[in-house]
Amino acid sequence: MISAPFDYIRPESLDEACRVLAEADTAGDDVKVLAGGQSLLPLLRLRLAYPAALVDIGRLRELRGVRDGGDHVLIGAMTTHDEVLRSALIRKEIPLVALATATVADPAVRHRGTFGGSLAHADPAGDLPAVALALDCVFVARSSAGGREIPAADFFVDYLETALEPGEVLAGVRVPKLGPGWGFHYEKFHRTAQSWATVGVAAAVRLDGGTVEEARIALTNMGPAPVRARAVEETLRGVSPAPSASGARDPLADACDRADEGTSPPADLHGGPGYRRHLARVLTRRAVAAAV
Amino acid sequence: MSEQLDAGLIAQRIAEDDGLGRPSAGHEVGRARRRKEDARLVTGRTTWTDNVQLPGMLYVAFLRSPMAHARIIRVDVSAARTLPGVVAAYGGADFAGEQGSLPCAWPVTEDIVIPDHPPMAVTEVRYVGEAVACVVATDRFKAADALEAIEVDYEPLRAVVDMTEALAEDAPKVHEPGNRAFTWKFAQGDVDAAFRDAPVVIDRTYVQQRLIPTAMEPRAVVASTDGQTFTLYSSTQIPHVLRVMLAMTTGIPEHRLRVIAPDVGGGFGSKLQVTAEEVLALLLTRRLGRPVKWTESRSEGNLTVHHGRDQLQRISIAAERDGRIRGVKVDLLADMGAYLMLVTPGVPLLGAFMYGGIYKMDAYDFTCTGVFTTKMPTDAYRGAGRPEATFAIERAVDELACELGLDPVEVRRRNWITHEEFPYTTVCGLTYDSGNYEAATARALELFGYDRLRAEQAERRERRDPVQLGVGVSTYTEMCGLAPSRVLGSLRYGAGGWEHATVRMLPTGKVEVVTGTSPHGQGHETAWSQITADALGVPFEDVSVLHGDTAVSHKGMDTYGSRSLVVGGVAVLSACEKVKDRARELAAHVLEASADDIEFSDGSFKVRGTDEGRTIQELALAAFAAHDLPDGFEPRLDAESTFDPDNFSFPHGTHLCAVEVDTETGRCSIRSYVAVDDVGSVVNPLIVEGQVHGGIAQGVAQALFEEAVHDAEGNLLTTTMADYLIPSASDLPAFVTDRTETPATSNPLGVKGVGEAGTIASTPAVVNAIVDALRPYGVRDVRMPCTPERVWRAIAEAPARPAATGPEESESAISEGGAR
Repeated sequence: MISAPFDYIRPESLDEACRVLAEADTAGDDVKVLAGGQSLLPLLRLRLAYPAALVDIGRLRELRGVRDGGDHVLIGAMTTHDEVLRSALIRKEIPLVALATATVADPAVRHRGTFGGSLAHADPAGDLPAVALALDCVFVARSSAGGREIPAADFFVDYLETALEPGEVLAGVRVPKLGPGWGFHYEKFHRTAQSWATVGVAAAVRLDGGTVEEARIALTNMGPAPVRARAVEETLRGVSPAPSASGARDPLADACDRADEGTSPPADLHGGPGYRRHLARVLTRRAVAAAV
Repeated sequence: MSEQLDAGLIAQRIAEDDGLGRPSAGHEVGRARRRKEDARLVTGRTTWTDNVQLPGMLYVAFLRSPMAHARIIRVDVSAARTLPGVVAAYGGADFAGEQGSLPCAWPVTEDIVIPDHPPMAVTEVRYVGEAVACVVATDRFKAADALEAIEVDYEPLRAVVDMTEALAEDAPKVHEPGNRAFTWKFAQGDVDAAFRDAPVVIDRTYVQQRLIPTAMEPRAVVASTDGQTFTLYSSTQIPHVLRVMLAMTTGIPEHRLRVIAPDVGGGFGSKLQVTAEEVLALLLTRRLGRPVKWTESRSEGNLTVHHGRDQLQRISIAAERDGRIRGVKVDLLADMGAYLMLVTPGVPLLGAFMYGGIYKMDAYDFTCTGVFTTKMPTDAYRGAGRPEATFAIERAVDELACELGLDPVEVRRRNWITHEEFPYTTVCGLTYDSGNYEAATARALELFGYDRLRAEQAERRERRDPVQLGVGVSTYTEMCGLAPSRVLGSLRYGAGGWEHATVRMLPTGKVEVVTGTSPHGQGHETAWSQITADALGVPFEDVSVLHGDTAVSHKGMDTYGSRSLVVGGVAVLSACEKVKDRARELAAHVLEASADDIEFSDGSFKVRGTDEGRTIQELALAAFAAHDLPDGFEPRLDAESTFDPDNFSFPHGTHLCAVEVDTETGRCSIRSYVAVDDVGSVVNPLIVEGQVHGGIAQGVAQALFEEAVHDAEGNLLTTTMADYLIPSASDLPAFVTDRTETPATSNPLGVKGVGEAGTIASTPAVVNAIVDALRPYGVRDVRMPCTPERVWRAIAEAPARPAATGPEESESAISEGGAR
């Protein structure tokens, strides 16, 4: 559990970080951006990654903090999970972020791991990517060439792969405030308190007059990247989530039975694809029921 | 260092809280003392093997086989040798002449195949993780980096992963003689008669999955030499056994080899081993003349710490229609892995006599075949053989109850040995000295609320609740306190089962107890101090306990099999008695009285009927000064004792578990857990409580979470804690524990041992509860660990639709306390 040798660079500013990354990109060096290190360091220690250098942006204060942006909340990439959980602004305006963050790993990891690091790492078993996708967050990237905004739908590309270019740093994430009438839930299924999600469901649901007006549902670990359960979102519109009369078909369950459409769940020690598809259906129903 | 982290201050505060200043002589045994060793253990301000730093120390890293089975064509370490900081690099061939073979001390049959087991593979690798080369460097980082410069060419051979396939005629051979290591048989009574025309026969096969013992402290070894003598520090449970075995393996004369187990952070049996790394560290220090250290990483440990369990168990019960058991047949396949290590073949034998559990029967038949596969060898793991036996019989008895429509507690009651029948010689020939299954069961039922939970179960079944409730019972006993040397000899074990203790009275009246047991977290220092304080009438805090260093504790059999208190603690008591005998003789001389007239109480020897007396501390000083001793009296009160037990000890108890099964996801959640254990007399209830809690957690872990998984090529897939799931406190319920106390009659302390009981008892309680919850669905078994996916599949693939109610023809509703 000793990583291979690497250079370590700790820029004093975001500008300097961008410059270092640009130079590395030009030189063709394989560098990795180090945030809280809770995902990257295990990869290094298991010698599953051999970067030439780490660029540590973990102490850049300018990337840390939660700000009210009017129609959105801007979360600095280096804000720790613990800081997210303690933010009254997040709890009030974008509670789904807090609900999911509370399920991330354990207190020690949440004190070091960062919101942006977790998203940029893009582990499909991570909890936050599905939340970002469900809420249509906007990812703010910086490079020596300037800034760029990437919608969540374009950000998660593949297993541990995002739309960030080699010279880019994730600076922050704009999380839209959905406004009144919305209910939220993050339903995580995992085998022990500290294990990764076998499947997770991020749900935001808005009711109007007792029926679903709009639903946003994204799934954790149902493919190489988080995925929106579009079929459920569409089928749920107009459905009453109240328990149906005994014996009648439950339209909520019917809608949620489509949760695994368009997914390609992995097989691992915690479950095969068939089981994960089943879980996605059950957990989506539970998430929607809990959100409304 | 801040005051809060000062181990000494913390120890002092704990001592104050526990009222150490107050007179306590005569009342230590039975007292819930907090452990005197914990301040240094929990603050880490102590010596673990990895803390040991010696001048000129070098660091070892091992290159390990990435293949389960392959011929080694070439090992080239030359590039690694040129790297900065690298002092040496070797392949297996470099040790071929001197490394010998790792020992197996338990050749269970005459015709057992014990393959050569070189500490570093030379010609063939037989499991993923087997050492094939090593680097010795000036720091551990350079050593780790240099491993990547070693080139090894392998010619792949077919892996042998599955035991049944290993025994097929055309299976690739793990070793030339074949994949059957041994077959061991044991039979009592007429088992054919018992099964012939039996009204009921239960025939089941259970899988004891392979487990990875996960001690908190990874293994570590430090070896050094001055050219004449050798010192080996190791995170081991067995410094004494290790010394003997290493002397035999390496040829280093025993008297020039000192083995030190400093504080050791857990073992669970995994450090009851003579390891390749220990042997190679000695060879390296001998070759290089400098101290060497090796500390494993967690992933390296998952691969190369010996594994546990891994048996395929077929168990059959023949019974009468009323549930009375006529006989039991057991046929085991036990996965040895690639080699036979220290007690690998003996593990199933430790369970061989326990498949009858607490039940009376006339016939018993046991067969076990040890099978070689291309996996890490198995060996002792908490309970070693007895958890497997208890699981099989307790699961099968539940199946019998189901078959007969009886309550599982009632079936047990109809079969168990009643308290009037002790001592009871079982069909297997073991004499259970004492016990009271009725009392423990009655108390457990009462604490559990058995009837209430059964009513809720019926109600959930009635309304087809997606969350079903199951109740699991486990009425276990085990044989521990290893062990009468005679019995070990009859089972072909290579050593005895005695234990040694020395008690030294220091001139100032303080006491040093030297024990041959080697604690790795159990609290021997506290418990031995309590025993000594009572026996000698000295204050608890005046006793210190020395252990784990063969130069300090010259004689011992170490720690495993819940033996420390039952054998080692009794040796301490016996040595104290000898000290007292000497003190009495000295007191009689000083007081000019007959020894017969000297009475001992509260640490003082007094002439009967007078106030004239001497304290044991005064007598210690008198013996030290030696100015006025009886003729021929050697100037010491010190004494030693080697205790060899006449019998095993047999803790027992009743564990009850309620599990909620979410039938939609398959998740099993323990709702409540009650354990009533009878471990005989108790020296320290707090230590017992800790052992029971940890033991239950470990048994629950086998039922729900842990499994070493290999792919078809023999690669271990569970090399990290993200894949090999160890439950934490958040994953476990609050346990309700209580005790009944039926003193052992086989030792003067009346103790039975508690190190393994919780683990042995809990696994079947949990699985019985899960299966009980799912009986209406037609589920008869769920393979361990009962993962959500396995439970969900068991439901999906079961034959029956959920019935509205459970088994209806329950003959006898068990009322709380009804088994009293």
